[in-house]
Amino acid sequence: MTTLIPFIPALPLLSFLILALFGGKLSRKAAGWIGAGSVGVSAILTVITGIHLIDSLPAIKSYSVIIWQWMHAGNLNATISFSLDSLSLVFCFVITFVGFLIHIYSIEFMAKDEGFTRFFAYMNLFVGSMLILVLADNILLLYLGWEGVGLCSYLLIGFWYKEPANGTAARKAFIITRIGDTAMIIGIFILFISFGTFNIQDIMHLASAKWASGSAIAVITAFLLLGGALGKSAQLPLQTWLPDAMAGPSPVSALIHAATMVTAGVYLIARTNILFSLAPVVQAVIAVIGALTLLIAGFSALAQHDLKRILAYSTISQIGYMFLALGVGAYSAAIFHFMIHAFFKALLFLAAGVVILVLNEEHDIFKMGGLRKKMPVVFWTFLIGSASLSALPLITAGFYSKDAILWFSYSANSGGIILWLAGIVGAFLTALYSFRMIFITFYGEAKTEPSFPAGKLMTVPLIILAVLSVIGGFIELPASMGTVHLFSNLVNNTLPIVDLKNVENMEGLFQLISALIAMSGIYLAYRFYYRKPAYMETFNYSRINHFFESGFGFDKVYYTFIVKPIIWMAEIDKKDFFDQLNISISRLALLGNRIVSLTENGKLRWYILSFAIGIAVILTLMMNK
Amino acid sequence: MLTVPVETQIAFAGILFFLGLIGLLVRRNLVFMLMSIEIMFNSAGLVFIIAARHWNQPDGQVMFIFILAVTAVEVAIGLALILQVYHHFKTLDVDAINKLKDEN
Repeated sequence: MTTLIPFIPALPLLSFLILALFGGKLSRKAAGWIGAGSVGVSAILTVITGIHLIDSLPAIKSYSVIIWQWMHAGNLNATISFSLDSLSLVFCFVITFVGFLIHIYSIEFMAKDEGFTRFFAYMNLFVGSMLILVLADNILLLYLGWEGVGLCSYLLIGFWYKEPANGTAARKAFIITRIGDTAMIIGIFILFISFGTFNIQDIMHLASAKWASGSAIAVITAFLLLGGALGKSAQLPLQTWLPDAMAGPSPVSALIHAATMVTAGVYLIARTNILFSLAPVVQAVIAVIGALTLLIAGFSALAQHDLKRILAYSTISQIGYMFLALGVGAYSAAIFHFMIHAFFKALLFLAAGVVILVLNEEHDIFKMGGLRKKMPVVFWTFLIGSASLSALPLITAGFYSKDAILWFSYSANSGGIILWLAGIVGAFLTALYSFRMIFITFYGEAKTEPSFPAGKLMTVPLIILAVLSVIGGFIELPASMGTVHLFSNLVNNTLPIVDLKNVENMEGLFQLISALIAMSGIYLAYRFYYRKPAYMETFNYSRINHFFESGFGFDKVYYTFIVKPIIWMAEIDKKDFFDQLNISISRLALLGNRIVSLTENGKLRWYILSFAIGIAVILTLMMNK
Repeated sequence: MLTVPVETQIAFAGILFFLGLIGLLVRRNLVFMLMSIEIMFNSAGLVFIIAARHWNQPDGQVMFIFILAVTAVEVAIGLALILQVYHHFKTLDVDAINKLKDEN
C-alpha cells in the first residue's frame, strides 16, 4: 500500500509540469481535464490508501515510505519521505477531494480566461505542494511544501497581474506570511540543533524526553513555530493579508484561502502537538489568539460590502475557532472543524464566485439583491453553506463541529468560561453576518440582472459540497445526541485526547445555549437586513461601522508604524556612503565610455591615422628591445 | 650592371609606402584611397622582392605572388563596395559616409 502514497502528490506535480511545459500546445479542454483529472486520480488514490490505513488501525498507525535521499552532509540528513497517518489522511482527503471539485468548477469558471492553462498549472502545483506539506515525515520537507503553497498563493492572488492592485495584494500576502515563515525556519533550526534530526516523530519523542515542560527552549521553539502558523493561517496579528488576497479568482479563494492552505497552521500545530504540550504558555496564547481573532474577524465581517471579503473575514474567524480548539488541547475538534469548514467555506466561495461571475464582476452585496428566484441552485447551496457556517442546530455539519469546540473551550483543562464566552459571541456574530449576506444578496428587489445562467460544471460541485456540508456532521455526534465518534476515533490514533476538567456533564445545556445563540443571530439578521429598519441606515454610516469595515484598522496601524518608518529609512538611506561608492563606480564607467566613444567619430581617415600612429608606436617599442 | 645598395632599395620602398599612406590620409575620394592602398601593398611587395634578391631566396618572390593575388581580390571587392556606396550615398566623399558613428 505504501507504494501508492508517493503518487498522491506526484500526480498533480506531474500535471503541473505537463501544463507548464506544453500548455501552449494543448487545447483548453485537454488542459482543463489534465489539471482536474490528476487531482481526481490523487483523490481516488487517497481513498484507496485511506481505506487500507483505517483497516489496519490501530495496529499500524502510519504508512511510511522513503523515496530518495534529499541531502546528506555530516549529521544533516534529509530524505524525501512521506508518512500517512490518520491526521495526514484527513488533510489529504480534503485537499484532493475538495480540490478536485474546485478544479472541475474552474474548468467552466475560467473558460473564457486567457490564462487558462497557466491557472491550472498553478493550481496543480499548489495541490502538489500542499500534499507534500501534509504527507512529509520530516520537518524540512514539510517546510518545502509550506513555501510551495506560499508561492502558489502569491502567484494565484496576482493571477490577473495586469491590474496593479492585484500585484500589491499578492506581495502583501507573500511578505506578511514571510514574517511568520522566518520565525518558523528559525524554530526548525533550533529543533535540528537540539536533536540532530528532521524527522517529526523522532523530534517529538526526543523533545518529550529531553525538554522539561515549560522550559525556556521549549517555549521559544513553540513560539517560533506558532509564528509560522499565525502567518499562514491569517491569525492575529498577521491576519491582514487574507482579505486582500480575495483579488485572486474565486476558485483560488475557495481552495487556497478557505479550504486548505490557510489551515496549514492548524496542521502544523496539530502535527507538533507534543512540542506545544511542553509549552503550556504557548498553548494558552494560541487559545487567546484564536478567541481574539474570531471576535475581531467576526465584527469585521459584519461591516463588509464585498461579498468575498465577508467570506475572507469569516474564514479568519473560523480558523480562530480552530486555534481556540488547538489552544485548549481539543485537537480532534479542531481537525473536525477544519474538515467541515473546508466543505462549507469552499461551497460559499464557489457560490459567491458564480454570483460575481454572472453579475459581471459585481462584488458589492448592496448592488445585488433578489437573486433567489433567478439562480435557485446557487441560492439553495449558498443557503446551506451559510446555515452550516452559522451552525444551524441539528441539521448542519457546522453545528456539530463548532459545538464540539465551544464545549471543549469550557470543559477542557486549560479552557474556561471566558474562552467559551468569546466563542459564543463569535457564534452569534457568525450567524448574523452569514444571514446578512443571504438577505442582502438573495432577497429584496433585484438591482443587477444575471447575464447568463451557470452551467453544470459549476453547479454540480456546489451541490456535492452542499450535501457534504450537511451530512458531514453526522460522523461525529456529541454524547447528548447519539454518541458517534467515528471521526475523533480516527484522528485520535495520531493526536492526543482532549484533557477534560472534572466538571459535571452539562454538554446538553451548552448545546442548547449555542443553538439558541445561532438562531437568535439568524433572527436578528432577518430583523436588521430583511426588514431594514431605519436605524440600520444610520448604523451603516456610523463611525463604528467604518472601523469594523477597515478590519479594526490593523492595516492603518501597520502602515503608520511599520511600513512608513521603513520607507522613511530607505529614503534617507538612499544616498549614504556605500550608495555613493556604488554610484561613483558606475559614473567612472560612464566617463570612460564617453572618452572612448569620442574616438569613434565615423571619419575613416581619422581611423587610418590612428592605425598608422599606433603601428609606428608599437614598431618603435619593438625596435628598442 | 649597376648595383644599388640595399639600403637605398629599402628607402625607396619606404618612400613609396609613405606616399601611399599620405595619399590615404589626405584624399577624400574613395577611389583614390583605394589606389593609395594599392601603392602601399606594392611597396610591401617590393620589400619582399628586395629581401629575396638580397638573400638569394625565392620565398620572397613567392610572397609577392601571394600579395598580388590578395591585392587583386581586394581591388575587386573594394571596387564593388565603392560602387554600392556610390549607389547609396550618391557621393564618394569618405567624410560624408559616417553613418556608423556613435550618436553623441
